[in-house]
Amino acid sequence: MRFTGWAANYIDERTSASTAVKTLGRKIFPDHWSFMLGEVALYSFVVILLSGTFLTFFFDPSMTEVEYEGSYVPLQGIPMSVAYHSSLDISFEIRGGLLMRQVHHWAALLFVASIALHMLRVFFTGAFRKPRELNWVIGFLLFVLAMALGFTGYSLPDDLLSGNGLRIIDGMIKAVPVAGAWISYLLFGDEFPGTDIIPRLYVLHILLLPAILVALIGAHMVLLIVNKHTQFAGPGRTNDNVVGAPVMPVFAAKAGGFFFLVFGVIVLIASLFTINPIWNYGPYDPSPVSAGTQPDWYIGFADGALRLIPPHLETVIFGYTWSWNVLIPLVGLLVFLAAAAVYPFLEAWVTGDKREHHIAERPRNNPTRTAIGAAGVTFYAGLWAAASSDLIATHFRLSIEGVIHALQFVTVVGPFIAYFVTKRVCLALMRKDREIALHGYESGRIVRLPGGEYIEVHEQLDDYERWRLVSYEEYQPLMVRPDARGRITARQRVRAGLSRWFFEDRISPVTQKELESQRH
Amino acid sequence: MADVHDGATSGEAAETAVEKHSSASPGVAVERADRIANPGFPPERLRVTDTDPAKEKAAERTVSGLFLMSVVGSILAVVAYVAFPIVEGQPETIRLNNLFLGLGITLGLLGIGIGAVHWSKALMHGHELVEQRHPTRGSDETRAKAVEVFQAGNKESGFTRRSLVRNTLIGALVATPIPAIAIFRDLAPAEDPVALLKHTMWDEGVRLTRDPSGTPIKASEVTIGSAFHVIPEGLTELESHKLEEKAKAAVLLMRLPLDRLNEREDRKDWSYDGIVAYSKICTHVGCPVALYEQQTHHLLCPCHQSEFDVANHAEVIFGPAARPLPQLPITVDEEGYLVAKSDFTEPVGPSFWERAL
Ligand code: HEM
Ligand code: FES
Repeated sequence: MRFTGWAANYIDERTSASTAVKTLGRKIFPDHWSFMLGEVALYSFVVILLSGTFLTFFFDPSMTEVEYEGSYVPLQGIPMSVAYHSSLDISFEIRGGLLMRQVHHWAALLFVASIALHMLRVFFTGAFRKPRELNWVIGFLLFVLAMALGFTGYSLPDDLLSGNGLRIIDGMIKAVPVAGAWISYLLFGDEFPGTDIIPRLYVLHILLLPAILVALIGAHMVLLIVNKHTQFAGPGRTNDNVVGAPVMPVFAAKAGGFFFLVFGVIVLIASLFTINPIWNYGPYDPSPVSAGTQPDWYIGFADGALRLIPPHLETVIFGYTWSWNVLIPLVGLLVFLAAAAVYPFLEAWVTGDKREHHIAERPRNNPTRTAIGAAGVTFYAGLWAAASSDLIATHFRLSIEGVIHALQFVTVVGPFIAYFVTKRVCLALMRKDREIALHGYESGRIVRLPGGEYIEVHEQLDDYERWRLVSYEEYQPLMVRPDARGRITARQRVRAGLSRWFFEDRISPVTQKELESQRH
Repeated sequence: MADVHDGATSGEAAETAVEKHSSASPGVAVERADRIANPGFPPERLRVTDTDPAKEKAAERTVSGLFLMSVVGSILAVVAYVAFPIVEGQPETIRLNNLFLGLGITLGLLGIGIGAVHWSKALMHGHELVEQRHPTRGSDETRAKAVEVFQAGNKESGFTRRSLVRNTLIGALVATPIPAIAIFRDLAPAEDPVALLKHTMWDEGVRLTRDPSGTPIKASEVTIGSAFHVIPEGLTELESHKLEEKAKAAVLLMRLPLDRLNEREDRKDWSYDGIVAYSKICTHVGCPVALYEQQTHHLLCPCHQSEFDVANHAEVIFGPAARPLPQLPITVDEEGYLVAKSDFTEPVGPSFWERAL
């Protein structure tokens, strides 16, 4: 105790750390299972950093050709790049090397997955609203960077599959109008595949991209602290308070423990399940390829987008080639991602709501947003499934043409269906909530009245339970009004149209008056 | 600072549940006067460990038991590292090393994880606390101070007043990154990639050889229904650029019954006795089109399922590819080996801007 006191004093006198402890130590974090998704992302990233650093001590990114002479018999004598050789050595010559490769890869899959789910949580609860729009954009950039890091890492071992992935990237780059051939040439340092790409991707993978990622995670956390966490509506919880556990000690113990849980589960999976068995694929060679291979899951949507394009889409204009079959999916995906990035600003413009929002909404209480989200998820899911079109076809004994046509339908029409169904479901759920808030829920208890008829007893909610059902925000469509000069601007018309689209169908929360008249 | 709330006597805590109305515009939000009021915090429920000292003691033992388990796991991991060495030529030793090292580390991590979470849930002070939020924007006073800082900076430097200085500075800042872009030109050699993309190793008289052995192929060896993966003669002996050349020159060789083969008038002499050679590099984004269906004479690209009909000039019949696979004109030499009559007559592989020029 004497020592801790002395050490605390020593540090504080040199860093003024006590201020940080005072302001941050008892900060309150609200609790909800869905708030852990971001934590999973953060902790799996730490696991990636640790395992990746281990790998750098043994991995050699050179593309110089050597003959394999390691202990894996089937590949002995085969020419391959040093990068592939060293990945095999990590797997087969170094104790724990295979484990670290598998930890790294499983953690990468979990990292991107948890970011994606975390984004969906934030989207569907409206946690991106003021003042958190900028943190949404940072989170979006983290998602894109994570995919880029995953792709560059996947390419490093220079096995047949990773080389094939690069071949596809090369083909897509070449399709870029005007500069495509040149960009590819500069990127690969030669004609594809060249001998520079792995060392270059290596620098991106272990230095540049992680550095940006770490900086952005830092900014994400700082804004999280400044804005404080959102909380779900509940009795006593308001837009002006935060209710939950303090950092010291409960949150720290839970979160710290949770880090070890995530780490432990990743190591458990890595010790039980093989991932990316590069020794089965062989070194990269532009000629062979095996059917039924899959990219890592988060690349699937891009691969699927390429597959869904109908044949023959290319035109030559004045001798210059426009490869629509690549440009359409490429631009389509960029537009899709950009739409996700700017959505908060669009919604803020439509509502015109300048207040701060700290209560996470229940998805049903904002039917249009939830329906838009469902449409986006359906679109993504259609593309994603298309990346496995061949596996779906062989597994269910369907024709590949049939599967592709079905998935084209899912990606094009599916989002509209998802939109309408989701919106109806949300409104129905709100109606039901209203019903329950006013009349209570069916208790399942049937009683016989003196008159002989049977009724089901309705159990009233108490005030605390009811609060969750009635405490949501309500918006109405914007009325178009002439401005000071008596004109109605086009901008206003668009905004009014959008807000009608958003808020035409709405169900108002139960009011005090309604509740009282019900009680009499 | 956070306050403890305990619902039963919540005079003070309930006050935190009163909404302060902000002055910001609510936009199209509906603000009703007769909203149902926030009922304030409900009474708190106690945990068994709060009321039963025996249960509390038991939870304490569980937590430290888990931490001890973690220590055991970490030791086991080191034991496994030593006890399960990797033995050359015995692949199963790798599996065992991976499994037991991994399980030891797992135990070491999960012990801490489960222990700490259980500690926090069962034993740590369980009441929820309340903290007030404050508007994110700085107070008016702070903002006024910030404006003053900027104004002072502007006044003392003359940033807006000395517009020549400011504008030349902006110009200089815009110009500085230009060299940084220029010095990346040498990411690739000086040649023009477009010229490179338009030629392959194939040329008049170059023999078609098997991939990867490099042995030449006699026309008589190509039976109906068979398909050969082909590389140009001399590729395996290249000192450099082996993969780059292979990525352009890989070819598929097939023999079709003559009555099934549909040929363009001007390309009748590009095949030999029903034997045709097509580029193996997909015209979509460049994967090897490696799957040959000999009944239908269709070639399937495994990457995005483009299908090419070899009986009909390798036309695209399904999938995202836009163009047929380029055909390599072939014939036989005096020894009966298959040879190319020339290079491909168009660039192979994925499209690029200058492709058709
Ligand atoms: C500072 C951070 C990182 C370092 C130092 C690092 C290091 C490495 C190294 C040296 C390799 C090649 C070794 C091998 O494949 O055997 C590798 C592969 C890989 N990395 Fe990373 N990495 C980092 C971050 C990431 C992130 C954030 C992701 C994903 C989101 C990621 C995903 C991958 C993948 C998928 C592979 C291929 C693994 C395999 O061979 O199965 N890495 N990384
Ligand atoms: S590369 Fe062949 S279909 Fe895409």
